[in-house]
Amino acid sequence: MFAYVLRRLLYALPILIGVNLVTFALFFVVNSPDDMARMQLGVKRVAPEAIERWKVERGYDRPLFFNAAAQGSGQVTETIFFQKSLRMFTFDFGRADDGRDIAQEIRDRMGPSLALALPTFVLGLFASVSFALILVFFRASYLDFWGVVLCVAMMSISSLFYIIGGQWLVSKLWALVPISGYAPGFDAARFLVLPVAISVIAGVGSNARWYRTIFLEEISRDYVRTARAKGLSERVVLFRHVLKNAMIPILTGVVVVIPLLFMGSLLVESFFGIPGLGSYTIDAINAQDFAVVRAMVFIGSVLYIVGLILTDISYTLVDPRVRLE
Amino acid sequence: MTVLAGTDRPQAAQQDRPIDVPLLDVRGLRVHIGTAARPVRPVDGVGFSIAAGETFALLGESGCGKSMTALALLRLLPDAGRIVGGEVRFAGDELLARSEAGMREVRGGRIAMIFQEPSTSLNPVMTVMTQIGEVLARHRGLRGAAARAEAQRLLDAVGIPDAGRRLDDYPFQFSGGMKQRVMIAMALAGEPELLIADEPTTALDVTIQAQVLDLLARLQAERGMGMLLITHDLGVVARMAQRIGVMYAGELVETGAREDFFRAPLHPYSRKLFAALPTDAQRGRPLAALGGHVPPLDQVFSGCRFAGRCPEVFDRCHHEAPAWQAVGEQAVRCHLYAQDHAEGRTTAVAAPVAVAADARSGARTVPLLDVRDLQVHFPVRKGLLRREVARVRAVDGVSLVLAPGRTLALVGESGCGKTTAGKAILQLVTPTGGEVYLDGTLLAGLSRPALRALRRDFQMVFQDPFASLNPRMRVGEIIEEGMLALGVEPDPLKRAGRIDALLARVGLTPEMKLRYPHEFSGGQRQRIAIARALAVRPKLIVCDEPTSALDVSVQAQILNLMRELQAEFDLAYLFITHNIGVVSWLADEIAVMYLGRIVEQGPVGKVLASPAHPYTRALLAAVPDIGRETAAHAGGAAGAARPVVAGDLPSPLAPPAGCHFHPRCERATDICRAQYPAVTDLRGGRSVRCHWPA
Repeated sequence: MFAYVLRRLLYALPILIGVNLVTFALFFVVNSPDDMARMQLGVKRVAPEAIERWKVERGYDRPLFFNAAAQGSGQVTETIFFQKSLRMFTFDFGRADDGRDIAQEIRDRMGPSLALALPTFVLGLFASVSFALILVFFRASYLDFWGVVLCVAMMSISSLFYIIGGQWLVSKLWALVPISGYAPGFDAARFLVLPVAISVIAGVGSNARWYRTIFLEEISRDYVRTARAKGLSERVVLFRHVLKNAMIPILTGVVVVIPLLFMGSLLVESFFGIPGLGSYTIDAINAQDFAVVRAMVFIGSVLYIVGLILTDISYTLVDPRVRLE
Repeated sequence: MTVLAGTDRPQAAQQDRPIDVPLLDVRGLRVHIGTAARPVRPVDGVGFSIAAGETFALLGESGCGKSMTALALLRLLPDAGRIVGGEVRFAGDELLARSEAGMREVRGGRIAMIFQEPSTSLNPVMTVMTQIGEVLARHRGLRGAAARAEAQRLLDAVGIPDAGRRLDDYPFQFSGGMKQRVMIAMALAGEPELLIADEPTTALDVTIQAQVLDLLARLQAERGMGMLLITHDLGVVARMAQRIGVMYAGELVETGAREDFFRAPLHPYSRKLFAALPTDAQRGRPLAALGGHVPPLDQVFSGCRFAGRCPEVFDRCHHEAPAWQAVGEQAVRCHLYAQDHAEGRTTAVAAPVAVAADARSGARTVPLLDVRDLQVHFPVRKGLLRREVARVRAVDGVSLVLAPGRTLALVGESGCGKTTAGKAILQLVTPTGGEVYLDGTLLAGLSRPALRALRRDFQMVFQDPFASLNPRMRVGEIIEEGMLALGVEPDPLKRAGRIDALLARVGLTPEMKLRYPHEFSGGQRQRIAIARALAVRPKLIVCDEPTSALDVSVQAQILNLMRELQAEFDLAYLFITHNIGVVSWLADEIAVMYLGRIVEQGPVGKVLASPAHPYTRALLAAVPDIGRETAAHAGGAAGAARPVVAGDLPSPLAPPAGCHFHPRCERATDICRAQYPAVTDLRGGRSVRCHWPA
């Protein structure tokens, strides 16, 4: 297994370089360094000298990929791509356009993001699996039918509706919790109850419906008939036999997103004013702050790759047939 | 003869019961599936009884309601199914009146069940100990160390070596035969009085089947269990059952003791089942195929359900459902045996008509297919750099010769490499070594276009007609595709005509070319697959177990068709199979394969009559043979002298040193353990690889 993980990590290197290359190229197709300078300095009446000065100060005066003027290996290293993007492999993210250290910013904002994402993930998984199990236990009954109708209705409604509706109902009308904002420490709970609840509700429809399908597929298998023929009760059959097997496909979808929880939620964080990494990314995109966007894309890719490796490892835990070679 | 109208069960069967209350007494059992408006009735008034220690076999083809009957006894029907009538008395206790919780006391405890497919019937993510432990805890209150000791004792009892260590293994770590032993151990864990075995050996190789059947018979005798055995295999019935019930279209049509049934099957359907079996005695003659198919069971029958397919049908059959008629100790549901029918019928199967011996010519000088020392090795890669650490020698030096218009059967257990050999011959997998000559042309090293041009000459028909036809293509397109790809019949009009002719030739109608494969039955699909292969006018067809997924009556139709086509188009067949009956009926030559090598080959009659290799002998002995079984039971020596190969096929990854067969061979000596035997030529064109041939 060690050799397998090591090989997967080695495969990750070219993938990350490729991701960087694509992000970099896409960004500079849309924006030239001159555009970035103009954006920062104010669009109107910027002296060309000021633009040049901005570029030199921040190292955007070099060519993008290839520096013909430099000597030897400098032809590759003395470029924006090498200086800005490849440095990230040493987790040196540089500074944002407003001069703040990106790494420090990420450390500060990770807490609020996790405080929102972790409860959402755990409660959401629990709610979806429980709801799906109830539907399967009462399969082919009216409860099952209307449960599926409810799922389809819930997944058909835009999450924006849940957010705005929830804020209006819970915060404005009932005035139970603040509409938005954040406070450190245990005070955060007050601000997090509503966004967590809304995120769980927004996700439970599609997930429960998907898990129900997985459970139903498992429940029609031969080993379930064997378990019933042993005289086990339907509850034991469902929880001991079916759940364990159904967790295998459910895990694929779930474990891979665990590392990405660090990245926070773009939508919910913005709407509820939570100073996490999701709102950080949105703000950076609005401000065309390439350094931040680049750093977030890089971290996102790393976490996704970690998530895939974790998925493979988790398979060996739930499925004895899988051995990583 | 007495007429016993108005009962749903044969009286004859009740008379010879040894005790007053039978272990299991089923009366008028009826099962519906689907909507109440138009239910399917897979079990429609079935009644039988089983005494303690007795084996009752339910015999019939797929779709006749055998498995549904078994599941209904345990009230384990699928979600859409329900029991709508009847009685199931188990030791005097009405099971259908029990609560669901009360029923769970019976399931796995007093009545246990084992299923057809051991690889899917065990929970893949639970250890054997956990799965057996569930039964021990549920029905015998055993937990912890006591349960473990008992589970180990059970695994020992079903013949799993090293039982203590294997308790913590998962099902995937066992071979198919071993998995079925685990299933049996699990069923025995509740100390049942009745064991229901639903096709317990159908998914297993014959050698493993023989082991498992022996085990079941031994355990039953030891424990005095009753057994309900569900099977489609007459050989298995002859080997195991004391009494037999034949099921057709949801009802029992005949019951009787084994000796009577095999001496004189009464119902025309039972007789057809016997006649459809391919055997050596039938060689050179078409098999008695049963036309048509089981009628849809969503109707109320007014006459005999078999009337549409019955060769002896008369007027009364169409409008009056036959009642049970007692014929001696047997009972049958057929108007032919009614008292007021003209006269008693002959009860024996019609005597074989003498037919001229095989008219086909002997081996010709130029072989169509000449395979020399064919090898297919698969590398096993490991570690960071994916280095090759071992090789699976799936095919390891196979040589075969096949003349035009002849049939060569390649026989062996699953995993011996016969399918890989077939694919390698057709260059569907690239051989690692050796030469394949087709009509004198060496196939290896041919350029892709040259090989493509030659593909017209050889085609393949696969085992599973459900998986091997593209479900998104119409039948016509499936047949046309090969012709288009290989440039046969470029003219569209002529091509369309050829498709029509082909469909008609394989027994379908030209209109069927517009339909999709899922609209056809298994037998019809295999006809489509044959038409597809024939479309490019091949000289050689490799048939990989083409009838093993089919019922015997359908198998008979397909085999008849294949034999006719062979004569008509001078086709050569390389017939990959494990069914010795089919081999003896169809093949000219036989090659027996064991672990990648051919251990014996020669003309089929000689090899089957006097096998020289111990493996061939064991393989033949493992096939339950009706005649031999009946004779053995009559002699009172049930299964005593049966030579059964012990153990499983070893892994081709690490074949035993010396002769691969020596660990399972009773004649093995030191030389067998040291050295693989060379090919010894025997008289009559036979050869064998054995140090001590018979």
